[in-house]
Amino acid sequence: MIEIRIHGRGGQGSVTAAELLAVAAFEDGKYSQAFPAFGVERRGAPVTAFVRLDDKPIRLRSQIYEPDYVIVQDATLVDVVDVARGAKPEGIILINTEKNADNFKLETKARVKTLDATKLAMDFVGKPIVNTTLIGAFAGVSGLINPESIKSAVMERFPGKVGENNAKAIQAAYDLMEAER
Amino acid sequence: MVVVEGSYAVAHSVKVCKPHVVSAYPITPQTHIVEDLSQFVADNEMSCEYLNVESEFSAISALIGASAAGARTYSSTTSQGLALMHEALFNASGMRLPVVMTVVNRALSAPINIWNDQQDSISQRDTGWIQLYAEDVQESADMTPQLYKIAEDEEILLPAMSCMDGFILSHVYEPVILLEQSLTDEFLSPFSPEFVLDPENPMSFGAFADPSTYTEFRYKQEKAMGAALAKIEEVANEFNEVYGRYYGGLIDSYLLDDAEIVIMAMGSVIGTIKDTIDMLRKEGGSIGLLKIRSFRPFPVEAVRSALKNAKIVITLDKNISIGKNEGALCTEVKACLYNTNLRIPVIGFMLGHGGRDIPISTIVKIINKAKLVEKGIFVESEFADLREELI
Repeated sequence: MIEIRIHGRGGQGSVTAAELLAVAAFEDGKYSQAFPAFGVERRGAPVTAFVRLDDKPIRLRSQIYEPDYVIVQDATLVDVVDVARGAKPEGIILINTEKNADNFKLETKARVKTLDATKLAMDFVGKPIVNTTLIGAFAGVSGLINPESIKSAVMERFPGKVGENNAKAIQAAYDLMEAER
Repeated sequence: MVVVEGSYAVAHSVKVCKPHVVSAYPITPQTHIVEDLSQFVADNEMSCEYLNVESEFSAISALIGASAAGARTYSSTTSQGLALMHEALFNASGMRLPVVMTVVNRALSAPINIWNDQQDSISQRDTGWIQLYAEDVQESADMTPQLYKIAEDEEILLPAMSCMDGFILSHVYEPVILLEQSLTDEFLSPFSPEFVLDPENPMSFGAFADPSTYTEFRYKQEKAMGAALAKIEEVANEFNEVYGRYYGGLIDSYLLDDAEIVIMAMGSVIGTIKDTIDMLRKEGGSIGLLKIRSFRPFPVEAVRSALKNAKIVITLDKNISIGKNEGALCTEVKACLYNTNLRIPVIGFMLGHGGRDIPISTIVKIINKAKLVEKGIFVESEFADLREELI
């Protein structure tokens, strides 16, 4: 079973990112489960969402404490949330930032990878909404989900031009991170 | 299969059951179930009278009237909303009206808390409603047609609650089969009660009963609940024949036959327990699960039979009867074993209150604690996940 934790701020679409990952993974032939860390959501406040992927039906219902992957939508969260908490030593922490990974002194054995998802989202979507770009990056860095499944899940959820533009950002993020795998 | 939110899967299952009247109060605490249903109605995907009422008390009251007039009725509520319905829940059951309601289990205030536990439905234990508890989203969705078939049976005619854990099941996205309309039409006959409110043929429902007759009304409700025991099993099997899915009738089990330690629980924690059992069995642990699906009626005979080889019984409760220091399931299990020859220690653990997460480590800790009984250290019942530093 692969466990993923997504950190974001209220309004950044962390829960949607988790949902889209679950849809894409299922389309890809995996069982999936996505759920938010239930809170009293407020715009801008730290938000956490979880995703599980497995080859067999997923029964476990607890939150995720030792993620294989951590996705951080907003690098300012690193100062307020322990984004590395419990991350597996062989895991990957993917941070949206224009900085290099060396700038993040996280207490973890997991590898830190960075990507300027905000720039990609601005270039292709025209808005700093990075959730779809980051799940494309996740697919690239992990090799766990076919980027076509991610794009089709996103285009189904956001039909028309919006979905198409998001798909371009997803492919660009996938290509960048696949090169680093 | 499609990946959808738990609430959507349930709303869809309600749609294919074709209720005539849906009534709900759309304020926190509510869920996406009634939001999705109102969307179906607005989009003309569903043909029903959708009543957007002014409180949960009105929501259930409207359904009582509609059901008495012969309508198939539905509502969904949670925590404080269910508490506000309390008085009228007795009217629905006393008038023998098969209202079906999804209870999305959430904690009660005070202190204010929106998260999951099962105190809300457990507190309605004695209202005369059937209560089934679901383990996952698919079971939650599949319970809707099952409950209509059970509740509307002329031998039963009791209202019924489908209980699903709030957030954990209502807000999770996971793969489910959305119920097919054609199969549901085959499985579930239209509601055609013998007695209805009809101006052409006036009659009274829930009319005055003095001491000379009141007792017999209660007796007949109890008899109907007794009949529901067999009906719940029968309907679960019929559902399996039509849809090919089965979750147990009154109870279900996992690796129970050879288990010395049996964990009993209800709701979404079942999945986490199964994973814990698999993990501990690899290390040689003799542990099994007895899932309680029907809390009302309580399956006394089925539980006795399932526990006959157990050495230690552990009950998990996401509720507490304050003043008894134990949860409702614990009390039931002890009571149903008393007049038998089975003398098994029953150890109660309360956990998951107000949304406190239940990881595998908590279940392991509980099992280790219960095992102390072998060394003569017996814990009657306790909170399993207290934060000692806050007390």
